[in-house]
Amino acid sequence: MRFAFTADQLELRDGLRDLLAKECSPAHVRDAWANATGRVPGLWDRLVEVGVVGMLAPESAGGLGLTYADLVLLLEETGRHAVPEPIVETAAFGVPLLGRADLTVAAAPELVPWADTADVVVTAAGRFDPATIELSPRPSVDGARRLFAVRGRAEPVEGLAEAFDRGTLGFAAQQCGLADRMLEMTVAYVKERRQFGVPVGSFQAVKHHLANARVALEFARPLVYRAAVTLDPVHVSMAKAKADGAALAAARVALQCHGAIGYTTEYDLHLYMKRAWALARSWGDAAWHRRRVGRAIL
Amino acid sequence: MDIEFGPDEERFRAECRAWLEANVPRPPLPSGDTREGFTAHLEWERTLYDARWAVVSWPREYGGREASLWEWLIFEEEYYRAGAPQRVTQNGIFLLAPTVFEFGTQEQKDRILPKMASGEQTWCQGWSEPNAGSDLAGISSRAVRDDAAGGWRLTGQKTWTTRGAFCTHLFGLFRTDPAAERHRGLTYFLVDLSSPGVTVRGVERLDGDEGFAEVFLDDVFVPDADVLGEPGRGWEVAMATTGSERGLTLRSPGRFLATAQRLVDLYRARAAAADDAWRDRLVDAWIDAEAYRWQTFATVTALAQGGRTGPESSMVKLFWSELDVRLHELALDLLGPEAELADGELASWMKGYQFALAGPIYAGTNEIQRNVVAERVLGLPRR
Repeated sequence: MRFAFTADQLELRDGLRDLLAKECSPAHVRDAWANATGRVPGLWDRLVEVGVVGMLAPESAGGLGLTYADLVLLLEETGRHAVPEPIVETAAFGVPLLGRADLTVAAAPELVPWADTADVVVTAAGRFDPATIELSPRPSVDGARRLFAVRGRAEPVEGLAEAFDRGTLGFAAQQCGLADRMLEMTVAYVKERRQFGVPVGSFQAVKHHLANARVALEFARPLVYRAAVTLDPVHVSMAKAKADGAALAAARVALQCHGAIGYTTEYDLHLYMKRAWALARSWGDAAWHRRRVGRAIL
Repeated sequence: MDIEFGPDEERFRAECRAWLEANVPRPPLPSGDTREGFTAHLEWERTLYDARWAVVSWPREYGGREASLWEWLIFEEEYYRAGAPQRVTQNGIFLLAPTVFEFGTQEQKDRILPKMASGEQTWCQGWSEPNAGSDLAGISSRAVRDDAAGGWRLTGQKTWTTRGAFCTHLFGLFRTDPAAERHRGLTYFLVDLSSPGVTVRGVERLDGDEGFAEVFLDDVFVPDADVLGEPGRGWEVAMATTGSERGLTLRSPGRFLATAQRLVDLYRARAAAADDAWRDRLVDAWIDAEAYRWQTFATVTALAQGGRTGPESSMVKLFWSELDVRLHELALDLLGPEAELADGELASWMKGYQFALAGPIYAGTNEIQRNVVAERVLGLPRR
């Protein structure tokens, strides 16, 4: 038993964190909210270049031939930076499903983000025929997530159930990254912000909110990492249920501890909070995943 | 990542399981927090000790098996899975012993540890005082030097001492330098409760058992040989123990995995009456027990690689203590009108509920733990 990442895996994670801090800053995410695609121009190519996109594809198909345990921390980083790209849909869901690393995949059980800029669109109905596909925009609270209802002829794809589990786990990892980011922002803020002559972070009421959110994250992460090794559907559901809970708790506490500044769109918190709200209800919400765990244990 | 136990560990698990299945007392023993139950539990402790299961992680010379942390976790999982009795020796073997191993002299180790492991001597914790609970550094019980006799004279009062009415010995902090403030000037003493000047009064707990005690000390002589660590350094010595208490050793994941499984069995037995809301809460609690298990595996991996337990142990204490309350609340909801029964098999849930309610209070209240998480994990300002 050695339930820890290797030095190499952590180094890859740190490398991606540095890259995204520069190339997917809050300013970049804001630009994605306002631009035509909802994506960050040039970022996808960088993600391909550093190997994140094709990580799970065999080397013969242009990938790195690595495992989900190698990928999971990188997906967590894409959450931390609210990367507005179909990275989970492609790297975790689409690449192993299609056996190739050169296509951008948009996918979701129902409403599909970035379907208009992807090469392939997959939903629970299957893979859509590009000749018949019809996309109707359904604007999201997260302005970067360009969401579409998809209609058209869909063909069944082998391995779809496993692909949905891999995708679900990728979003669980993103939720952990989002929760961590929101906590980090809030801790920094309450150390600076002074009222009654002291930092508001010195008040127990504020401390206890943040401690609770930190505990939720502490106990969600191991479930995500365990599922990344086993890819057992029940383990994936445990991970998504708890990661959604941790991200929603962090979002709620972050907003409350920021006070009115966090309630503005001029402040960056909403970029991460809205992503967490959206992800918590897609790819199965916590209640859906608990029902799936329940069928296995009861 | 390697998330499988190796063949040696699986063999160890099989050995634990087989021995426990053959030896765990049936029907279950009466509560170990009563006088008669305590005696029955000491017999069980002796059985464990004779088979070298009492203190698996200790060195062989003191009755252990030199089990790794992984094996210790496995033992705990199997112990609670088997429904084995509560450990009435736990405050000695889990709280005092790590401190003895770290700070004790060779003579102290040889004299104290084997009798602790066998249950011949039983240890209670003398931390809290009437005016020092969460604010432990505020203790006022004192010890005065007696050079002629080669030791110290202790006077004061300890309270909320678990199983204090039944234990033979007490470990605790006393003020040896009255001029020193707060956590300075304290010394860690080991006190034989049969010494002249000791009066112990049992106190009935919420669940009706005499599980608490008040310990009054009036000029009680303690020889120098029973000072643990350096005089005046008691706070540092004691902190090693509270680290163990909050962290891994007090309440390992096996306990909650077993409770979650018992709850699943209860739910199944009452499936006709069970509704979806209960089911959802049950699954959530089950997932939490799993989360604690895997979080612990991450911690033990870090410890095995040379890490130390830090303020993160406060997150662990918060998590298991609140999980335990949720597990038992759900059981009572499932029992409905039978929840209040104080007798018979089902009453174990109400009893367990009352015990679970102590979790957010003992070993540092959860309010204190949240402060620790906020200040030492997240880095928020103290004041």
